[in-house]
Amino acid sequence: MIQVNSLTKKYKEVAVLNIDSLEIPSGEICGLVGNNGAGKTTFFSLLLDLIKASTGHIINNQVQVDMSEDWKPFTSAFIDESFLIGYLTPEEYFYFIGELRGLNQQDVDLFLQNFEDFFHGEILQGKKYLRDLSKGNQKKVGIVASFIGEPKVIILDEPFANLDPSTQIRLKKLIGTYKDNPEVTLLISSHDLAHVTEVCQRIVVLNKGQIVKDIQTSERTLRDLEGFFSEEILNETLVD
Amino acid sequence: MLTSFIQLQWKSFFRSASLSSNLIIKILMGFFALYMMVSFAILGTSIYFLLEQELGLEPLETVNRFMIYYLAMDLLARYMLQKMPVVNIRPLLYLPFKKSKIVHFSLWKTILSFFNIIHAFVLVPFTVVLLIKGYDALAVIAWFLAISALIFCNNFINIFINAINWVFFIVIGSLIILGALQYYQVFDISLWTGPIFHSLYKTPITALIPVLLLIGFYQIAFHYFKSNLYLDSGLATKQKDGKTEQLQWVNRFGSVGVFLKNDIKLIKRNKRSKTNTLISFLFVFYGLLFFTGALEMYEGPFWRMFAAIFVTGGFLFSFGQFVPSWDSSYYPLMMSQNIRYRDYLNSKWWLMVMATLVSLVMASFYLYFGWEVYLAVVVGACYNIGVNSYMVLWGGAYVKTPIDLTSNKKAFGDSQAFNAKTLLLTIPKLVIPMLLYALGYYTIGPIYGYGLVLLVAVLGFAFKEKVFDIILKVYKAEKYKTLAAYKQKN
Repeated sequence: MIQVNSLTKKYKEVAVLNIDSLEIPSGEICGLVGNNGAGKTTFFSLLLDLIKASTGHIINNQVQVDMSEDWKPFTSAFIDESFLIGYLTPEEYFYFIGELRGLNQQDVDLFLQNFEDFFHGEILQGKKYLRDLSKGNQKKVGIVASFIGEPKVIILDEPFANLDPSTQIRLKKLIGTYKDNPEVTLLISSHDLAHVTEVCQRIVVLNKGQIVKDIQTSERTLRDLEGFFSEEILNETLVD
Repeated sequence: MLTSFIQLQWKSFFRSASLSSNLIIKILMGFFALYMMVSFAILGTSIYFLLEQELGLEPLETVNRFMIYYLAMDLLARYMLQKMPVVNIRPLLYLPFKKSKIVHFSLWKTILSFFNIIHAFVLVPFTVVLLIKGYDALAVIAWFLAISALIFCNNFINIFINAINWVFFIVIGSLIILGALQYYQVFDISLWTGPIFHSLYKTPITALIPVLLLIGFYQIAFHYFKSNLYLDSGLATKQKDGKTEQLQWVNRFGSVGVFLKNDIKLIKRNKRSKTNTLISFLFVFYGLLFFTGALEMYEGPFWRMFAAIFVTGGFLFSFGQFVPSWDSSYYPLMMSQNIRYRDYLNSKWWLMVMATLVSLVMASFYLYFGWEVYLAVVVGACYNIGVNSYMVLWGGAYVKTPIDLTSNKKAFGDSQAFNAKTLLLTIPKLVIPMLLYALGYYTIGPIYGYGLVLLVAVLGFAFKEKVFDIILKVYKAEKYKTLAAYKQKN
């Protein structure tokens, strides 16, 4: 589904991302793990053509993202609050996204029924604009909106951060429903190793812009990852 | 402690994202400020002689008569332009500063604003001239202090009314009404207020009243801010109840309607865009200056077209020049969602066309000045729709100022909106229709001037899709730069 070819992104000669090759097949739930500055958000921004690659390119379902806009109809994302429109109510925002994806209001209402427990009665029919919602509730809106209109590729940057514990569990369940769906590819970045190993079928570890690990999730993946990151700390203390 | 405050301010100014990229603009603003100072100083020195010799009036009395308008204009200018004293207060609350110190500092910061200092450039020379001319020294100084105190009072009044929009409209409304009444010699408020201001000179002891008033205002402001220096009261951002709106009537615009709905909500629900829109409709009255012959220098065919463009173009210019900046806070969404650029721009275009037509209807009172005047307005509207609507969209692609929708400040005179490219684009916006009109006017006849402008407008309208292609290319070329610029918030 997604093919990355010798992709680099440099800021003033400093390479912040350097992926020689990466292929994410259709239907996979792929987790992206790495410390701050590892290049996760940079990669997502390149995938969404929000920044320009220094070299190389990304192909999303046969569409090269920086050449054509044809990837937009089947791709959706929630990266940060700049994907929300502050002066709309949550309903209006969902309707807006729905209309962009060819759904009318009834379709959107129907879609939202599945998320009533996810919203915990706090979001729909409230009297607040998105800008006045708490960070956690804003995030819920953004995540749900990215599932509207049956996109084929869903990109979520740190979806678990800022969510309350029960919503984290609900989100894991929600992502889990896509596990056996060969149509939908999910890309999720997270700092929470436990969550990401639980829901993802494959984990790609980025470090300083490079892929350092690429593993299919198994029983021992969590231990492996914890080992990998604590090893880093050990190495650092040795150097000091 | 004070020095650390000042240091913070210093750093926030010099490290702001806009500074490095827009130093030239800052310098230009500096020149503008200098220009204002010089012209105020010239006014201050010359007004005495002007009033006495040219008009044969008693200078101080005349100045006092118009003082009420001066102060009202000052208040208006402050309301629109002066920025509020938001020292970044929140982070300071957790630090070991006394609250009273924080409040004193932010209040004093407003006192040092350009809007207070500029008046000294007119008041001081005028006072000096009065002294030289042998007015009673003590009385003149008392008068000077009193007027200065009143100007500083304005400073604090502005802080209070800033949160309340209707005050602004009351002030501007009464100003227009009183001004008109005076112009048509129905009722002259300055006859009543003049003596009041003059008594500050005649009985110098009364000068204490404005000074006391100022101290009072300071105290009120101080206590008000001090008692509200909590995250959940004074520093909390006000929230209005949200209401989901359907706006069914917009649906008939088809795919453009999706965005149009958002744009209407954008204007309705955000302070900045709301003020901008309301003010832009005041441009409808701008033509009065020209068509009534109120100002001699504005007579002549050039200016007639100039005014006509502005009468219906207020919204177009003030809103259009910031497309796509209005959407800056969620531009990444717009760029990655299933959105066709053409639809997006088309909706902005329709919005401007609608506003132009509304202004045209509002401007129908110009018929009172003769059908020819209204014809100019109609032709101006056509040019706005046919040519200027593209020009502002085009220019907007180069304006990369992120807009903070929730704040009212900088709704005018946003320095970053002016750059070489947008300035160049004002040529087709204003100069070309003026030239075309003059060309027709002087060669064949007045009506043909309109005809030429109309012809260009119709051509522009006919080639809409072609022009949109060009604009789309510009937007696409600027996409990454725009996204990066919007990411930097001041």
